[in-house]
Amino acid sequence: MEKMSRVTTALGSSTISGRTMFCHLDAPANAISVCRDATQVVVAGRNIFKIYGLEEEQFVEKLNLRVGRKPSLNFSCADVMWHQMEENLLATAATNGAVVTWNLGKPSRNKQDQLFTEHKRTVNKVCFHPTEVYMLLSGSQDGYMKCFDLRKKESVSTFSGQSESVRDVQFSMKDYFTFAASFENGNVQLWDIRRPDRYERMFTAHTGPVFCCDWHPDDRGWLATGGRDKMVKVWDMTTNRAKEIYCVQTIASVARVKWRPERKWHLATCSMMVDHNIYVWDIRRPFIPFATFEEHKDVTTGIVWRHQHDPYFLLSGSKDSTLYQHMFKDASRPVDRANPEGLCFGLFGDLAFAAKESLISGDANRKPYPGGDRRYPIFFFKKPDLTEQFAHVSSALSVFESSLESKRMDWFVKTARLYLLSGKPFAELCDHNAKVAKELNRPQVSTTWTMLRIMFSDPANLSTPGPNHIGKLGTLPLMNSFSMKEMGMGTESRLDRSKGESRQDNIHLELGNSLINSNNDENEETEGSEGQAEYMFGDAELDDDDLYSMDMFFSLVFSAEEQEYTLPQEAFPLRHEIMDNPLAPEHLQQDKADSPQASGNEAEVMCLTPIESFSLISISQPLFSPHLPAPFFCPVVREMLSHYAEQGDVQMAVSVLIVLGDRIRKEIDDLTQEHWYMSYIDLLQRFELWNVSNEVIKLSTCSAITCLNQTSTTLHVNCSNCKRPMSNRGWICDRCHQCASVCAVCHHVVKGLFVWCQGCSHGGHLEHVKNWLKSSSHCPAGCGHLCEYT
Amino acid sequence: MSFSADSNSPNPFHMCNICQKVIRKKDKGVRVPRPFSSGPSAFIPKEEIVEASQVDPLTEQLLAEAYSPSGHVDHLTQVMGLHPHYLESFLHSQFYLLRMDGPLPLHCRHFIAIMAAARHQCSFLVSLHVREFYRMGVCLDWLKGLQYVPQRLRNLNEINKLLAHRPWLITKEHIQNLVKTGEHSWSLAELVHAVVILAHFHALASFVFGSGINPQVDTQNTNGFQAVYISNYCTCDLASDHHLDRDLSSSSPESSALLCVFQTTDSVSELEALMDRMKRLQEEREEDEASQEEMATRFEKEKKESLLVGSGELEDEVMPTSKVSQFVEDATFGYQDFARRGEDNPPTFRAQDYSWEDHGFSLVNRLYSDIGLLLDDKFRTACDLTYYNMASHEDVDTTMLRRALFNYVHCMYGIRYDDYDYGEVNQLLERSLKVYIKTVTCYPERTTRRMYDSYWRQFRHSEKVHVNLLLMEARMQAELLYALRAITRYMT
Repeated sequence: MEKMSRVTTALGSSTISGRTMFCHLDAPANAISVCRDATQVVVAGRNIFKIYGLEEEQFVEKLNLRVGRKPSLNFSCADVMWHQMEENLLATAATNGAVVTWNLGKPSRNKQDQLFTEHKRTVNKVCFHPTEVYMLLSGSQDGYMKCFDLRKKESVSTFSGQSESVRDVQFSMKDYFTFAASFENGNVQLWDIRRPDRYERMFTAHTGPVFCCDWHPDDRGWLATGGRDKMVKVWDMTTNRAKEIYCVQTIASVARVKWRPERKWHLATCSMMVDHNIYVWDIRRPFIPFATFEEHKDVTTGIVWRHQHDPYFLLSGSKDSTLYQHMFKDASRPVDRANPEGLCFGLFGDLAFAAKESLISGDANRKPYPGGDRRYPIFFFKKPDLTEQFAHVSSALSVFESSLESKRMDWFVKTARLYLLSGKPFAELCDHNAKVAKELNRPQVSTTWTMLRIMFSDPANLSTPGPNHIGKLGTLPLMNSFSMKEMGMGTESRLDRSKGESRQDNIHLELGNSLINSNNDENEETEGSEGQAEYMFGDAELDDDDLYSMDMFFSLVFSAEEQEYTLPQEAFPLRHEIMDNPLAPEHLQQDKADSPQASGNEAEVMCLTPIESFSLISISQPLFSPHLPAPFFCPVVREMLSHYAEQGDVQMAVSVLIVLGDRIRKEIDDLTQEHWYMSYIDLLQRFELWNVSNEVIKLSTCSAITCLNQTSTTLHVNCSNCKRPMSNRGWICDRCHQCASVCAVCHHVVKGLFVWCQGCSHGGHLEHVKNWLKSSSHCPAGCGHLCEYT
Repeated sequence: MSFSADSNSPNPFHMCNICQKVIRKKDKGVRVPRPFSSGPSAFIPKEEIVEASQVDPLTEQLLAEAYSPSGHVDHLTQVMGLHPHYLESFLHSQFYLLRMDGPLPLHCRHFIAIMAAARHQCSFLVSLHVREFYRMGVCLDWLKGLQYVPQRLRNLNEINKLLAHRPWLITKEHIQNLVKTGEHSWSLAELVHAVVILAHFHALASFVFGSGINPQVDTQNTNGFQAVYISNYCTCDLASDHHLDRDLSSSSPESSALLCVFQTTDSVSELEALMDRMKRLQEEREEDEASQEEMATRFEKEKKESLLVGSGELEDEVMPTSKVSQFVEDATFGYQDFARRGEDNPPTFRAQDYSWEDHGFSLVNRLYSDIGLLLDDKFRTACDLTYYNMASHEDVDTTMLRRALFNYVHCMYGIRYDDYDYGEVNQLLERSLKVYIKTVTCYPERTTRRMYDSYWRQFRHSEKVHVNLLLMEARMQAELLYALRAITRYMT
């Protein structure tokens, strides 16, 4: 409160006090100004011109200066200023171009004193000299500034900005002779009042109009400007070239800017449009307002600090026809509501996290993370007066980087590069892709591919299984014992079961952490559970490694214990590896109901012979082929694809979609397909895999996707004859009806590739020219030029 | 297509009624000024335009290729090319509106352009954008008429209609209806984009009619639809004096007297008089100042007087010609004077309270980034464009004249500048010019060659095109100001 007492002394006996209060005006205000002793405020607008007294609890209307039955346009004020030396003197700028002075000391009702009608357009601003009683400056839309001596009838000097309309003029607080003017074209000029012929200096401050400027009350070199480009800039004018030292970005064009008294870094702004609030900024903290006054319901048009040495009272007038006195202590502090936590992903998967110190240190369990845990504490030093400082926030910044994770997308890139999507028979594609997946250590994906191959291949093609399963063919006889009949039964029972339990099972498997329930289930029906496990994986021609990853399921066969032991491995795989889930529950259920021997419906090949803990031998056999047409599997595959897509592995979904082509396409609705394609293509392009993405686009069957290849591929051609652009077809000109490009060899129109000689500009069909130049080195058109074809 | 009846007729050319009327009139021996049927404009001799474009043919072409919607130099571009400096900023902003990033999809933009141009039955613009729309290749059935268009676009009709004919009636409720949440709602950004397109094409229609742009002769009837669509058009179109008959028949004794006066006055002295008045005004300003009250009444007077100009005999509403009627709803809604005698007039729009520079720009640029800058540039170019000559006189400061034109248009729309003395308008703009201005800005489809010819007969055609540019920009700005003010009010 030391500050406060100082203010009090500065003000002498009349201490300012008051509260946040307002009063209704009869009409929207355009500008306000306050008299020197801070006891009265004048409000001016198109239809209002009044003086209000500032009392403890309220505004009191003191005087209505708008007199006369039919007030003239001279009363329609764009700006008003109360003289800071002479308390009876006011000046207004009228929208019709008049500058009017008013003398409150006049005895008559009409206080109008002088009328200057020298400006041709609206006067935007009037400004009294801070110390000279009789000096008044005006800036107008017509591009001129005029200096008036109030003892004379007309202006003493005229300053031509030589550019556009003047929006603001301000006398410097400290330099007696200097004033600044801001212009509609973005310039700010400094003038010496004694030299009307030329400005002292000029610089471009904003793009678009500079609506306002204000000299710093204490620091002589600082000028704040606000513009339509939504910026407030602070310029240091002491150097040779005006230097921008601070810049605050607001959310709307800045209509007024006023430095806050007694605070070096603070300024208040209000905006021209849209935003009705008044902001007080600390220019060193340009991203968040220091304080906000949110009372107005329409655009704030005038702001003024009540007293030039008191930073706690702000007056404002608005288009909503109210006049407010804001108390600084009642201002809202956006910083209090701001969220001091921040979270952001880096380019390589690093994660940065900033939070309040207190929050983070409170978390005792915070573990150091593998990639290293760096902390960058940021402190703002607290100063004694809390209300006058930005809230004290200290946050800790943590960056989590994971070397493991940073490589995480490698599999994606490699897979994208290595997958074959077309160009080979279906089975080979599947095999190839399975191999790729396996090499990248993604066994489940690999398995899926293999399964797909089996499901959809022609029986004939299937007879050549990949070399890696051959070794396990030992149990082949076993398989043969399965009968087709049983498969049929399996299907039915599966349906029954799925009603009851599929959901539950699904969850268990996906969570991978508590299979106990299902284990119990299974234990009760041991036989069933075994059977189920058997053939659910029987289909895959896996080698041991592959099977290993699937041990969750196999383990069901053996014992609950084993399951628990093996499950964790499944529980935390990369997410795309949980790929069998959609299939699994169905198998499970169906098996339970069935005899162990029952063959699963989807599982074509079934034979699991446990060898030691979890090695199974699976054999691919076209057992089902005569009875089960490929469409039989479509629902399953569809589910699988959706599952992959949901898991985020849209790559798999799209790849399978392309490879399966018509086999599956109709099963999935177009929108979904398109969505997958778009996501995959987007991903590919982010990884700059342009070729792959292009291939995918080409291979897709969605029209919305294939047309992606045709965007921005228009080539504009001009007619070689009349030089006009050929808008319609590339080979015939609409205007001169000449075929633009005729082949010099065959004299036909070239509608495709046209090759021409850079020397003589004759040319034709690529093939024709090529052939021609094999036999002759002269131009086929007969111009005699020796053409070269390279 | 609504041509089923006609298409069976043996006549290979489908003529619109008006044309037939004109022809019949010709048969009866009435002298009708013959429009220039070839060349870009019906009002301006071909040679004049060709000559001008030869000075700098390259730039114009380059610009047109890059930015004009048709991709080549069409008639509109050729005529506007008389003022290459303006053409550049015009094409820039139009290109941005129609082709560059923006909230609305491309085909919608063209369709909105069609809707806007159809309000003034400007078949030049309608067919141009129908072609563009066709080129987009989506939602082609929209072209069959408004009833095939999604509700959301159809909702735009109300605001389109108001903007085109009586922009001062737009209120925040109109905006609210479009923006309020619901199935067919518009986002503010989309709405601003649409409004700018609407205003742009309303104003452009003014220019097209005001300069008598001839329809584009089409040699590219390649695809079926287009062929059908365009060949059904009677090519007489705007080139014709299709309102002439009405003009002649219904003109009051007063106006025919007026014509006589102008025919008899020596047009050279007419120009001299205008120059004289300008000079006098300039001097007057320095000494005498009209009393403030008088200034206020002058605006009212000018506003009132604009009623008397030319609008009397318009009771028989022109029904839109069938070729664009499928894009028009409530076709009978037309211009009505801002200030109607004996009625409650909407309050005057004070330019100082809502100006383009301060308010309009900020709002537009906020919701549809960068368009503000382009429009700003266009307005500025149009207003500042001058060659410092008037007819045969050189080194003349035409600022006053340009401002009078601009402000007169705004005055008709009820926008008032406090710092302008509307007495100037009266002194500078002769009656025949006022008739022309009023027609071109308020109901451009009624413009005739005679109106175009009857004012400023000493002036070059390029100068008259310059006038048209000013009218167009003034009109666009006026529409925008009203629309944006409504949006601002909605937002606050």
